[in-house]
Amino acid sequence: MAQVSMTVNGKTVSADVEGRTLLSEFLRSDLHLTGTHVGCDTSQCGACVVHVNGDAVKACTMFAAEADGADVGTIEGQANEDGTLNNIQQAFQDHHGLQCGFCTPGMVMSAAALLKDNPKPSEHDVRAYLEGNICRCTGYHNIVKAIMAASGQDVSSIAAE
Amino acid sequence: MYEFDLTRPTTIADAVAALNEEDAQALGGGQTLIPTMKQRLAMPSKLVSLGAIPEMKGVCMSDAGEVCIGGATPHAVVSAEATAFPGLADLAGQIGDPAVRNRGTIGGSLANNDPSACYPAAALAAGATIVTNSREIAADDFFEGMFETSLEEGEIITEVRFPVPEVSHYEKFLQPASRFALVGVMVAKFADGVRVAVTGASENGVFRWKEAEQALSANFSADAVSDLALSGDEMISDLHGSGEYRAHLVNVMTGRAVKAAS
Repeated sequence: MAQVSMTVNGKTVSADVEGRTLLSEFLRSDLHLTGTHVGCDTSQCGACVVHVNGDAVKACTMFAAEADGADVGTIEGQANEDGTLNNIQQAFQDHHGLQCGFCTPGMVMSAAALLKDNPKPSEHDVRAYLEGNICRCTGYHNIVKAIMAASGQDVSSIAAE
Repeated sequence: MYEFDLTRPTTIADAVAALNEEDAQALGGGQTLIPTMKQRLAMPSKLVSLGAIPEMKGVCMSDAGEVCIGGATPHAVVSAEATAFPGLADLAGQIGDPAVRNRGTIGGSLANNDPSACYPAAALAAGATIVTNSREIAADDFFEGMFETSLEEGEIITEVRFPVPEVSHYEKFLQPASRFALVGVMVAKFADGVRVAVTGASENGVFRWKEAEQALSANFSADAVSDLALSGDEMISDLHGSGEYRAHLVNVMTGRAVKAAS
């Protein structure tokens, strides 16, 4: 066991973890932040995407101990301070960017990472960035649409409803 | 996963010392090793994370004009910062997906030498130098077959130096489920000749296609390789493609790479 300390959604947390504890397990089991979903646990599906020092990473494929000292952001930290949905989350609701919702936390976290670096992505940019986020409902058109809308772009001509 | 100890040294010297222990294993970005450990296909007693060593991170230019990349530099950083070698930056930006590129490292990829990984093709095509904690290894002497390299136990890739070609291009035929290359070809044209490295195809891992190199050194055009044929013998044959199919793809990808590079 080793002690790790990190900032999660702005709060400092410390805990003793085993070397093999994954960041996804730490967030879900130790911190009870169960919004970070574990879909495949093989770094394919992207449901577990969180931000580590601002970069999107798959929390199922990183040890919690490696996040020692890091600034971690999860889906629970995405809403505005007053609890209302942020513009990406709101766009997912407005454009029906989710069906079963299981992949949504990872989609939103990937979208946030994309828009930070590329505030006005093309449709191609969005689809390319979501290569590691799988929606088993295959709801991609509206997910792409929601992210384009969240970036403030006109989405009337994008894909089908 | 089996239980193990994880340490995070902050200097190369400390990492080398930590790796001296029996059954200790270096951990790069973990994008291959962690899934492998979950499958219980690897069971090191101790993992030495190389992710907290500042001297192993970053991209810079050497006085000799080589692009130098720290062994623990993630693919996303190479993609964004290796602008002096556009073919390399482009290759790095095609590995895995964005979240994988934020964790996976060049040193980890080269040390693992997956027969379908992208970076081995870049190192071999550019004639890179793999720098470790104890020596410098030419790419031509580094790759020794599928998942085999000339690294000794506990040896760490601290830096990779890439000579910058006049023109280059990596053409990847994506295996969309794994995001590895079904076949990938890196073509690099230098003043003294052309080098062609192929990944994803051979049962012996990344290799140089010498016949294509000779043809392209004489005439750098896609036509120069269109009539060349590789044998499907000793090519990887699996449910995604036969050896013959991969051999054919090598030729097609080489032609496309030359077109894109010239």
